[in-house]
Amino acid sequence: MSKRSVDRRNFLKGAAVTGAAALVPDAVASAAQGPAPAAAGQGQRPAAAPTSAREIDPRGEAEPLTTDRPGGDFMVDVLKSLNLEYVASNPGSSFRGIHESIINYGGNTMPEFITCCHEESSIAMAHAYFKVEGKPMAVLCHGTVGLQHAAMAIYNAYCDRVPVYIMAGNSLDATMRRPGVEWAHSVQDAAAIVRDFTKWDDNPVSLPHFAESAVRAYKIAMTPPMMPTLIVLDGGLQEDPIPSEVAARLRVPKLTLATPPQGDSGAVAEAARLLVNAQNPVIVADRLARTPAGMARLVELAEALQAPVIDQHGRMNFPSKHPLNLSESAGQLIANADVILGLELTDFWGTVNGFRDSLVRTSRSRIRPNTKLISITAVDLYTKSNFQDFQRYPEVDVAMAADAEATLPAITEAVKKLTTADRRTAFAERRTRLEQMHARARDAARAEAAIAWDASPISTARLAAELWAQIKTDDWSLVSESGNTSGWAFRLWDFEKSYQHLGDSGGAGVGYGAPAAVGGALANKKHGRLSVNIQGDGDFLYAPGVWWTAAHHQIPLLTVVHNNRAYHQEVMHIQRMANRHQRGITRAAIGTTITDPNVDFAKVAQGLGLYAEGPVSNPNDLGPALRRALAVVRKGQPALVDVVTQPR
Amino acid sequence: MLIAALVLAGTVAGAQTQAPAGQAAPAAPPGNAETGKKLFVANGCYQCHGYEGQGGSAGARLAPRPLPWAALSRYVRRPANQMPPYTEKVLPDADLAHIYAYLQSRPAAAAPASIPLLQP
Ligand code: HEC
Repeated sequence: MSKRSVDRRNFLKGAAVTGAAALVPDAVASAAQGPAPAAAGQGQRPAAAPTSAREIDPRGEAEPLTTDRPGGDFMVDVLKSLNLEYVASNPGSSFRGIHESIINYGGNTMPEFITCCHEESSIAMAHAYFKVEGKPMAVLCHGTVGLQHAAMAIYNAYCDRVPVYIMAGNSLDATMRRPGVEWAHSVQDAAAIVRDFTKWDDNPVSLPHFAESAVRAYKIAMTPPMMPTLIVLDGGLQEDPIPSEVAARLRVPKLTLATPPQGDSGAVAEAARLLVNAQNPVIVADRLARTPAGMARLVELAEALQAPVIDQHGRMNFPSKHPLNLSESAGQLIANADVILGLELTDFWGTVNGFRDSLVRTSRSRIRPNTKLISITAVDLYTKSNFQDFQRYPEVDVAMAADAEATLPAITEAVKKLTTADRRTAFAERRTRLEQMHARARDAARAEAAIAWDASPISTARLAAELWAQIKTDDWSLVSESGNTSGWAFRLWDFEKSYQHLGDSGGAGVGYGAPAAVGGALANKKHGRLSVNIQGDGDFLYAPGVWWTAAHHQIPLLTVVHNNRAYHQEVMHIQRMANRHQRGITRAAIGTTITDPNVDFAKVAQGLGLYAEGPVSNPNDLGPALRRALAVVRKGQPALVDVVTQPR
Repeated sequence: MLIAALVLAGTVAGAQTQAPAGQAAPAAPPGNAETGKKLFVANGCYQCHGYEGQGGSAGARLAPRPLPWAALSRYVRRPANQMPPYTEKVLPDADLAHIYAYLQSRPAAAAPASIPLLQP
């Protein structure tokens, strides 16, 4: 790393802290003394001139052939001020300028370049990284083919209310494009294809414009409800020299994150009153905990009320062994509740209604007629039209358009103030009852796990138990969705830290699991945590190049393939159709299973640079295979065990 | 995100309560457990209930100790909730009887206390 880049970092660090107005970084200062300016912000691409610099006879003496002050360097100054640790990217020519600025001018640190093999992987890595680290990771991609590849993963992050800091390369000036590919890789409005599921985008036409938009994009992405944002980087802005007159105006704007909105005080008081007076209050949490404070605050409220908590697992909301964790008894609790507090629920309607997927689709309420519903969600502050992830309209009694994590302390305080001695006695009795329910649920889980214990294919309960036995004394983090293993990890493991579960994909776009696991593990790496991934086989096959990324960047991660040899959700859907139509009920495997040939996942992973074993189909072989793979992971490398499993 | 488990929690009990309580239940037609094992897979029961009928997030536990024949066959024909219906036309009673024999043949699970990995 050059002395200059070290100085730059110190300089910008000071700038970020003081927020001084007139910042002129090195790249800018030297440009200010450079040659005569071209058009503002467009480097040497004069907009009005009949012949541009690039059309001069290439052998002409006057033609500059080099520059040591490309616009991309200033872009890197701005990115460094945002404290972005990594930029995930599958390399592409439309952002070659900033790519080179990142690795050379920026010293390939803050951000460090993470080489990806698919843009869907880049985005999903950044998606899960955020859920561990609490801050966004950057992604660079082509504004055309790259964004097209990235689109599904961006949609997942959007549905999951996760910020991803996306930058896409493009070449706006048609007369400056190289013939051929650069035309195919250029677009008028790059952001258009993802605008329905990003929160904000911009297409800066100058470096000062870039600076403001880059900081604004970060701020908007991080304001609840959090979502991906996109900045389109013009190739000319990245590659051309910084014109001196532009250099004089360059500065890195100060970033101040917006404080998350807290619920209105009247609504908070009303919610507290309802909760304190309730006989059977129930707290349901989905995408609640955006920081480690979220879980602590929920524990405090639950204990103030001695009320049961149902964790819908959108985030790591509540310790699994806490006696008030009654997630296993959700149906019964919802049916008996007189007040339900929903915290950042994706689907409040679906929480309190049953819906039948049969020839005649019907629904019925699961709650008592007078049950009061209180909703706190930042999603009420920002809803788009086209994509329908917002679910059925919930008819609630109190709706706080606010961030639930930020609102919890006020509710807890109000609850404590309203709690009389009588209520306290009632709460203590409720606690005793709930503790017993919790204990019964844990016992039932163990008894059910014992069924099919020795089965082959291996039961998902056995898989979870074998894995738990080998990681429980480590500082572990389950970086996968884990949704298709019948929730066995939640039932058998002891989740207590904010990074021990990262929720799900958000949009249920398959292909999220593998790259999300690698991104979560990347975030865990510097903390020395043991990252564990229960990996769907169908998901594995979308973009398996991400295992190479894990090997290349030495990201420690144990992946256990939950190999049911099918897109199993779809097997069940086709079975449903065949049954409903009363024909061919033995043919649901056609088009849905991944057999004939069976995929040799261990061999694929080995080819991509991983230590890998399998397929393991004898349950007694599983423990030793996991032990060998974990030995590799504990040395800092990724490893994989392919396990032939029961479907769910 | 809300998952299917929540949907099931309320409904499995519903199915159970529809079983005739205390009535003299008709006996199951004769069935062969080996044939039943194959039919359990071929007709897709394993998809939601697991190869051993152990159940999970996609379907209720069917074994060990399956419901009485009358309740089981009634449920399979006219499920009350999420399970797709299997009519007599596509799954004759004789085949369902083999499946029933298979479910009855599933061994009782070991006590969790005897499995070291399942200790609290
Ligand atoms: C697509 C998934 C699916 C398939 C396939 C399926 N089931 Fe089910 N089954 C369920 C679900 C889910 C339930 C829980 C009740 C409900 O929601 O209907 C259930 C419940 C049952 C019950 C009632 C259990 C109880 O204790 O109340 C029986 C019996 C049953 N299934 C038998 C079968 C048999 C036999 C087959 C194959 C012929 C089969 N099922 C195929 C999903 C399925």
